[in-house]
Amino acid sequence: MDQTLDEVLALAALHFKVPREKLTPDDDFFKTLGIDSLQALDLLTRLEHHFHIELPDYELQGVSDFRTLAARIQARL
Amino acid sequence: MLDLSQYSSLGAALRDALERWPNETCLIEADREREKSRLTYAQFKAEALPLARALQDGGYLHNDRAAIIMTNQSKWLISAYAVMHCGGVLVPLDYKLTAAEHLQLLAHCAAQVLFVEYYLWRQIMQDAGFKSLRVATVVVTEAPPNAELAGGLRWEEFRRDADPLFVPRQRQDVACIVYSSGTAGRPKGCVLTHENYLEQCISLTAWYPFWPGVTYLSILPTNHAIDFMVGFIGPFVCGACVVHLRTLRPEYVREAFTRYNITYVSLVPMVLKNLERGLKVKFAELPAAKRFVLNRMIEWNKWRTRKAANVELSRKLLPQVHSAFGGELRTIIVGGAFTDPATLQFFYDLGIPVANGYGLTEACTAITVNDLKPFRADTVGKPLPGVEVKILDAGSDGIGEVACRGKNVMSHYLDDPGLTAQTIVDGWLHTGDLGRLETSGHLQLFGRKKNMIVTEGGKNIYPEDVEMVFDKLPVKEYCVFAANYIWPAKALGKEMLTIVLRLENNQEFTLALREELIAYNRKLPDFKRAGGYVLWEKDFPRTASLKIKREILAAEIGTALERTAIIPL
Repeated sequence: MDQTLDEVLALAALHFKVPREKLTPDDDFFKTLGIDSLQALDLLTRLEHHFHIELPDYELQGVSDFRTLAARIQARL
Repeated sequence: MLDLSQYSSLGAALRDALERWPNETCLIEADREREKSRLTYAQFKAEALPLARALQDGGYLHNDRAAIIMTNQSKWLISAYAVMHCGGVLVPLDYKLTAAEHLQLLAHCAAQVLFVEYYLWRQIMQDAGFKSLRVATVVVTEAPPNAELAGGLRWEEFRRDADPLFVPRQRQDVACIVYSSGTAGRPKGCVLTHENYLEQCISLTAWYPFWPGVTYLSILPTNHAIDFMVGFIGPFVCGACVVHLRTLRPEYVREAFTRYNITYVSLVPMVLKNLERGLKVKFAELPAAKRFVLNRMIEWNKWRTRKAANVELSRKLLPQVHSAFGGELRTIIVGGAFTDPATLQFFYDLGIPVANGYGLTEACTAITVNDLKPFRADTVGKPLPGVEVKILDAGSDGIGEVACRGKNVMSHYLDDPGLTAQTIVDGWLHTGDLGRLETSGHLQLFGRKKNMIVTEGGKNIYPEDVEMVFDKLPVKEYCVFAANYIWPAKALGKEMLTIVLRLENNQEFTLALREELIAYNRKLPDFKRAGGYVLWEKDFPRTASLKIKREILAAEIGTALERTAIIPL
């Protein structure tokens, strides 16, 4: 799980072009990254390619922090 | 197009559509780069009738209510038609609600049947209130092979091959109950008749016609009034095709435009802005010479279309932009919330007209729509044919509450005669929105009479619904308002909620309190969060039963403080 979380944080930092150290697992990513739900969906695609899984859009419903997102990914690995 | 004035119900019109264009494609469903299904009108009928028969064999009667909770897909429309074939009443529920809210609305409308997508059914089954669910038949789509369905039946198995009986309905009979976002304790079920839909469809297609060969990209939830009309009823009665995407990620949406040569699409302002942002980045990346040429062509297009849109000409002037949208896009329909005029103008200048409009669930779909003759980014267009608009109690500036009358106005709110009487007065629907009618007939909106906000994603948020989350905040008292309710805006712009805090007499606003406030705020879904707070130094006015007198408090704050007193969260 920790590794998944690390990878999610690293990919998010890369995708949204922010320094990795600015992101923490319990950050509200909408707020920290200043993104809307559509931009968050863009990140899902990147995560799908990285983890070789399919993440339906609904997996992002009600999720606003990296820890929960990583847990949802972990459940599909 | 079918002559809808000749029909008495949606079911009868759709039944004829299935006969009239048997070989035209009516539905395409795609997931990422894969096309999952493609149905002609004849194949749609072959899918829907066994479902209707299974409903009837299960004891489903005309006027019984059937709810649908599904993301946009073919099965949504097939289920809806099966219900209408049986003369039933459709209750489209918002799939983005929580399981508890779904259970509340299913109980409120006393649904007999529920069509539900598996992942949503799983959430409902896990909810504490599940035991109270009283729906006779639950049909679950896309359930994995060994999934526990708690009495739910599998969609694939819920079919009977004998012909179902077609049950005719009259124009005044109820077609749908559509829930509008009301305050949590009080569901607002708008009861809409077959006449509401048939007449609204006639008005809308008079300005924005469909025909066989047109493809409509369905992105807004089908339970929403706009997509139900322009992503189902409208295209079907004209023999057109609807494309559903199972993922709404921007990259797949962009691909769909070119892959399916999309003619029309409906969006909420947030998605439109996302497209605008993407295009601007692309333009900025162009080499200077190309950017110069592009800007000149945009200027030229703008001048040539200043009086009326001319999509054919714009496609020739700006081929690179139009080919990115598939080359066939005629209009983007946008609604559900306020759209920034600059965004509307951006697309119009590229030769992609955006038909923005204004409507409420209570008015079926739309009251006004931009007719593009000429394009007016600063207004929400003109009243549709057959719809009257007037301004109530207009001030010297002409601004007052918008009211509308026409065959599009709902029958009533389900089981709520009091609210109905307040909302529909002598046939006029009182919208609660403030506007001004220009002599040209265009409607300009200025704000809301009600204490609520509408997000860019098209969601209505009532302060009362989010207040509870701050319940444990250690302050003397607090109250949440729409900022525009305290400080009426002169124009509709970005709307936000603000928390008004009254501290204890010797209490200071510390960093710890601020962090606590932020933590509670974060418990809300992102679109419901407060954008800032205001410190207020007087006790709140309250009624004898200790309820806050919101109107008076808002007026007191608005008089004593400027809007700049809001401290961002």
